[in-house]
Amino acid sequence: MSISWIVVAVILGFLIIFQIAKASEYVSILRGEEKTRKENNRINAFLLLAFLILGLIGVVWCHEALKDKVLGEAASNHGERIDSMLMITLWITGAVFVLTQVLLFWFAYKYQEKEGRKAFYYPHNNKLELIWTVIPAITLTILVGFGLYYWFQITGEAPKGAQEVEVWGKQFNWEFRYPGKDGQFGKRYYKDINEATANPLGQNWNDPANHDDIYTTGEVHVVVNKPVKFIIGAKDVIHDVGLVHFRMKMDAVPGIPTTMWFTPKFTTRQMKEKYGPDFNYEISCDQMCGKGHFSMRGVVIVETQEEYNAWIATKQPQYLAAKGGAAPAAAPAAPAAQPGGTNMKPVQSADSAAAAAQPTAMLNR
Amino acid sequence: MNEHTHHNTQSAADTHGALHVDHHHGNGHDHGHHKETFISKYIFSMDHKTIAKQFLITGMLWAIVGGLFSVLFRLQLAYPDESFPILETFFGNWAKGGQIQPEFYYALITMHGTVLVFFVLTGGLSGTFANLLIPLQVGARDMASPFMNMLSYWFFFIASVVMFSSLFVQTGPASGGWTSYPPLSALGQASVGSKIGMDLWIVSMALFVVSSLLGGLNYIATILNMRTKGMSMTRLPLTIWALFFTAILGVLSFPVLFSGFILLLFDRHLGTSFYLSDIVVAGQVLPNEGGSAVLYQHLFWFLGHPEVYIIILPAMGLVSEVMSVNSRKPIFGYMAMVGSIFAITILAFLVWAHHMFVSGLNPFLGAFFVLLTLLIAIPSAIKVFNWITTLWRGNLRFTPGMMFSIGFVSLFISGGLTGIWLGNSTLDIHLHDTYFVIAHFHIVMGVSAFFGMFAGVYHWFPKMFGRYLNNTLGYIHFWVTLAGAYLIFWPMHYQGMAGVPRRYLDFRLWSSFNHFNDLNIFITIVSIIVFAVQLLFVFNFFYSMFKGRKVRSLNPWGSASLEWTTPINPGHGNWPGEIPEVHRWAYDYSKDGRDFIPQTEPLGPNETKH
Repeated sequence: MSISWIVVAVILGFLIIFQIAKASEYVSILRGEEKTRKENNRINAFLLLAFLILGLIGVVWCHEALKDKVLGEAASNHGERIDSMLMITLWITGAVFVLTQVLLFWFAYKYQEKEGRKAFYYPHNNKLELIWTVIPAITLTILVGFGLYYWFQITGEAPKGAQEVEVWGKQFNWEFRYPGKDGQFGKRYYKDINEATANPLGQNWNDPANHDDIYTTGEVHVVVNKPVKFIIGAKDVIHDVGLVHFRMKMDAVPGIPTTMWFTPKFTTRQMKEKYGPDFNYEISCDQMCGKGHFSMRGVVIVETQEEYNAWIATKQPQYLAAKGGAAPAAAPAAPAAQPGGTNMKPVQSADSAAAAAQPTAMLNR
Repeated sequence: MNEHTHHNTQSAADTHGALHVDHHHGNGHDHGHHKETFISKYIFSMDHKTIAKQFLITGMLWAIVGGLFSVLFRLQLAYPDESFPILETFFGNWAKGGQIQPEFYYALITMHGTVLVFFVLTGGLSGTFANLLIPLQVGARDMASPFMNMLSYWFFFIASVVMFSSLFVQTGPASGGWTSYPPLSALGQASVGSKIGMDLWIVSMALFVVSSLLGGLNYIATILNMRTKGMSMTRLPLTIWALFFTAILGVLSFPVLFSGFILLLFDRHLGTSFYLSDIVVAGQVLPNEGGSAVLYQHLFWFLGHPEVYIIILPAMGLVSEVMSVNSRKPIFGYMAMVGSIFAITILAFLVWAHHMFVSGLNPFLGAFFVLLTLLIAIPSAIKVFNWITTLWRGNLRFTPGMMFSIGFVSLFISGGLTGIWLGNSTLDIHLHDTYFVIAHFHIVMGVSAFFGMFAGVYHWFPKMFGRYLNNTLGYIHFWVTLAGAYLIFWPMHYQGMAGVPRRYLDFRLWSSFNHFNDLNIFITIVSIIVFAVQLLFVFNFFYSMFKGRKVRSLNPWGSASLEWTTPINPGHGNWPGEIPEVHRWAYDYSKDGRDFIPQTEPLGPNETKH
């Protein structure tokens, strides 16, 4: 079995290294410990310098190898801000990185112990220390300034007329609610949630605002170049709506609604043309939520207003599904809705409870 | 910083001389004369040096366990579709068909984090060096309360036993991540790891907090009250300053974590709703309303952030000391170093919510945390420049301890700078919970703190065991670990910038994240090599403890600080005669043409004070 051979090889390797190390200790005693120590000192000083040079080359090489695997152009207005903040920070911290690493390893190499060298008794220098207090302070002020400028733009109020969509996280998929023609979300209460009666979000059917609200899972449709505001919630544990291409992220917390807004710049079709047919604006769950966390995937479809209008026209309000009208828009696990189910009890069949506990058979695959 | 008074004309030279004469091993002081059994000497010992070794060895065992866990989950990340039958042999259903199951993966990452953050880098690091160095470097016979000190270790031990036992319960150990956010951690229905494993986790952590408080109070009391004659606070070595502020951080923040855990326990078992509201889990509607899941995050990070300084400050102290000794130069800017540690301590309490920028925190509040977080970069920068200046025009001896100290500074720079990225809320939106975070904190507080700890172990091993570690193995250990750490974590920044989320065990489902296969394999291979080299270190440690080259001089590194005035194998009580009196700071290296001047030597007539 290959693994046992690897283990044997590792143990042998250990023994060899150990024997060499032990032998070198004896040799050093024979040759004179001071002499060996000085030799070690020279070797390690050289290695420190070599490490610096190879390391800096490695940094460049790594960048060349991976730069194309980092995300392309940001696909939202906020993403642009985040990317420019990233570049500002990269240049500043990059410069400090090179400067300090070079000084550190160069000094280590240059001031290695030498015959006749006397270390310089230099306990402090207030002027120097003041300089390297003030310069970082100024630099950081710049970074804080830019950071907060962008931060308040990104987290500020969504523009008037933004499309609003509710995003719900649950173990382990995403659900969405659109306000329908009236532009208003109907009232809901978590104790009314009942998959069996086709009421996955706990909508209150007595509220007329609910009668045109549309419910979907897996995919959310938004309009290109139009601000969209997500109102985010979670039904069970904390999740997080992660939208890498838009550079956006916001936790979904049970009991505490959160929001995010952004303006998508490119339609999904444009992105597919640019990055290949496999491209999708994926929603990744970015907050540990249980065993299916790694598979909690959703998709944002960015399309033109016409495409969006055509799509939404094919959707029926969840109210109809719950009332046993048309086929349920989503929630295939739900058995046929019971008539007159407005006063439903928060009880579920064992089957659907078990189904909900499943790691959601790999969404959308 | 020249205000030290040296009030002495009466000669401490007698004691000083006496110490150097006294070469016999064993117990000089009368503490040692009463009969010691094996149990009282090695197990329920009240000698701070033995307790330090107990912490160190327990920490090392935990490090092996935690490291092994990382190798296992790295295996999954590199080869998600491959089967390793040997895993099924060892882990049974957790690795059905030789493949790591999601629950097992999450248990592994949770335990890896918990074990390394708390049991290794807090218990193992502070516990070891605070116990070893505080009495020796301040000039005390033992801790203020040796008994409490012993209890501190044994609470740590019991916490370890409970945590370890949680690995063997049927539903597995806690698996909600080392932060254990509710509601996931509060509801057994939400995850198998949130069943009995979570209770054991909470109990173990509570015991750990008790251990940490017992230790911390003792360290503070000892440093404040038990310094030898002449050892003013401003003459303390930086190790002691660092350990002092570490203890203060722990004493003030661990109780908050404790309260957070107690409330979590209530939510789990007593039907309270501190963290729970509006929950439908596994098809079941829960009655809890009005709680706040975010409250836990505040309580957790109120410790959780100081915790990273609890980990890194001792490492900084150890590095400052080792670097100064081996540069044959005083540490540059002693008072600025102390001031920086103090500033970091204060700021450490004021930045916790930068872990919560995307939790729904009010953006206005977030802005303050951005400001305060980036402020912490200033004292950190001062420290880095001071270390670099300490090397400047030194006469550097590259002992393994010194190598790890230089490596520490390099890693601290690399990891510290990415903190400036993450502390900026604008960037955190994109980088939060991605591999960028993994890269950042592993470099800046994981590997760096380990480097500080290794520097300490190589440097003070002769004081602990009267023997040296093997140098060649030490250099191999250093170079492989340094290069390995960069090879593992540097490319992860790119994964993070690509938005790859942490805590995913398989990326095949994702068109956005599935293009790093080769890199994941590369990282896994390097981490296995680095792990193997750590085993080499462990072997070196235990072998040298019994068979290493013997220390033959009292002060093998030519160090000015007080611990090297004790006999080679000091007994309980440390100094056979009187505790020496101190006349100067611990950093008189290469002063006035002398290689070093021990702290115990009175100032010369024309000498400047320090």
